[in-house]
Amino acid sequence: MSTKGKAYIVGAYEHPTRKAPDKSLAQLHAEVAKGAIDDAGLTKDDIDGYFCAAGDTPGLGGNSFADYMGLRLKHIDTTDTGGSSYLLHVGHAAEAIAAGKCNIALITLAGRPRSEGVQTGTNPRMGNSSQPDLQYEFPYGPATANMYAMCAMRHMHQYGTTSEQLAWVKVAASHHAQYNPHAMLPKVVTVEEVVNSPMVSDPLHRLDCCVISDGGGALIVTKPEIAKTLKRPLVKVIGTGEAIKHQMGGRDLDLTFSAGRWSGKKAFDQAGVKHKDIKYASIYDSFTITVVMQLEDLGFCEVGQGGKFVSDGNLISGVGKLPFNTDGGGLCNNHPGNRGGMTKVIEAVRQLRGEAHPKVQVKNCDLALAHGTGGSLGTRHVGGTVIMERE
Amino acid sequence: MATEEKVYAVVPPTPGSEAYWEGANAGKLLLGHCKSCNKAFYYPRGACPMCLSTDVEMRPAKGTGTIYTYSVMRPAKPVYVIAYVTLDEGVSMMTNIVDCDPASVKIGQKVKVVFKPREDGSKIACFAPA
Repeated sequence: MSTKGKAYIVGAYEHPTRKAPDKSLAQLHAEVAKGAIDDAGLTKDDIDGYFCAAGDTPGLGGNSFADYMGLRLKHIDTTDTGGSSYLLHVGHAAEAIAAGKCNIALITLAGRPRSEGVQTGTNPRMGNSSQPDLQYEFPYGPATANMYAMCAMRHMHQYGTTSEQLAWVKVAASHHAQYNPHAMLPKVVTVEEVVNSPMVSDPLHRLDCCVISDGGGALIVTKPEIAKTLKRPLVKVIGTGEAIKHQMGGRDLDLTFSAGRWSGKKAFDQAGVKHKDIKYASIYDSFTITVVMQLEDLGFCEVGQGGKFVSDGNLISGVGKLPFNTDGGGLCNNHPGNRGGMTKVIEAVRQLRGEAHPKVQVKNCDLALAHGTGGSLGTRHVGGTVIMERE
Repeated sequence: MATEEKVYAVVPPTPGSEAYWEGANAGKLLLGHCKSCNKAFYYPRGACPMCLSTDVEMRPAKGTGTIYTYSVMRPAKPVYVIAYVTLDEGVSMMTNIVDCDPASVKIGQKVKVVFKPREDGSKIACFAPA
């Protein structure tokens, strides 16, 4: 069953906070839910489907949070693939709506790693010892930064990608962030500033890494009949894809590409659109290398040419061919809960509605893509792609 | 040359994995081996990731391989070099590169297994220049 065109995103909200020491995790979920419901022009009691990720909704993944918010539901889905969860949720919501399981779906994300003092990138995090890979990996100190750094190191070795090329991703994000009053890092930076920032994990510098922030976001997805009664611009979901990539028992190790190669193809096939028609792309930018790899995987350039593709401002709105992350992305704006998928969808919705900041709004933005990966490109991860059309 | 050596964390074994750690403690690197499809895999596990057969065992690796990729973790004290090494048996594993100057590590470099202490005095497989 194709879900193409069977669901619309009618509400989107990003929490303005970047540090919330005085708010609980559940409070943040409730605040973003309210923001998205208000944005759609609906009420809480209209919600009959709830999508959240088990990883940022402790307490049997969503049971406690649906209870906290007083949601009465016909459908609940707590799929957790890390930062890509919310991209998958858009597809799952479209499927649930098309199957008649619910009519109006709420998706929430929230997190407060900044207030909790989580050293997200540099501190290896011990998981549950029943996680099968943990005993074979954790002792060696896999942290988020060095896992992505190993991808970058191999990409450079194999394709000649340079630190300066990676830096262009951050430079483009910073050009956009200067117009976002909520961005954590609104200062425009240069390639030189990125490559001269302190080395964190070779070859990634501090400015190749995203921010650590508190906050969250939420989306409302509904069926065409309801979307057309609301007073919001119509953002139609026309293609979704998800895929997992791992190493098949150490026999398939290739850290130069991501699951986006497969999730992107599914989304493009379903949408029936071409890359050159995409006016705007939200690409999960946990690190600069993440963007370079995913752009290749999604097919915006040839394999190995991502470094050249992002150079010379090609991702800057109004300058380059593929404006990306016009909110400043995870690199400069926001990375709530260490999970970047939600904000990727939100900024794509803003662009399609014409509600991005005027300085970064893409003209005639009628087709946009949001993509991200959850887990680690250095070990195992799930890619999620969503293609949306302004109707 | 790093002056201070990392002491490796102990993660409790899971049922079936004890032999891997007993092997490491005795100076042997063990790989998973599927007796049904006759393929090696890492990390060792109770079901073959190619065919899901549970007719699996652990077999010693030669202990030699090539660095596929690596990174020097600068904020850590002591600094360590994380890497993936592709073993001569054709399977790759996450590990650390030790007993050398981190700045000298290269992709494609030949390495051999060495065993380093864990917090409880037992050993874990790392790799050093061959």
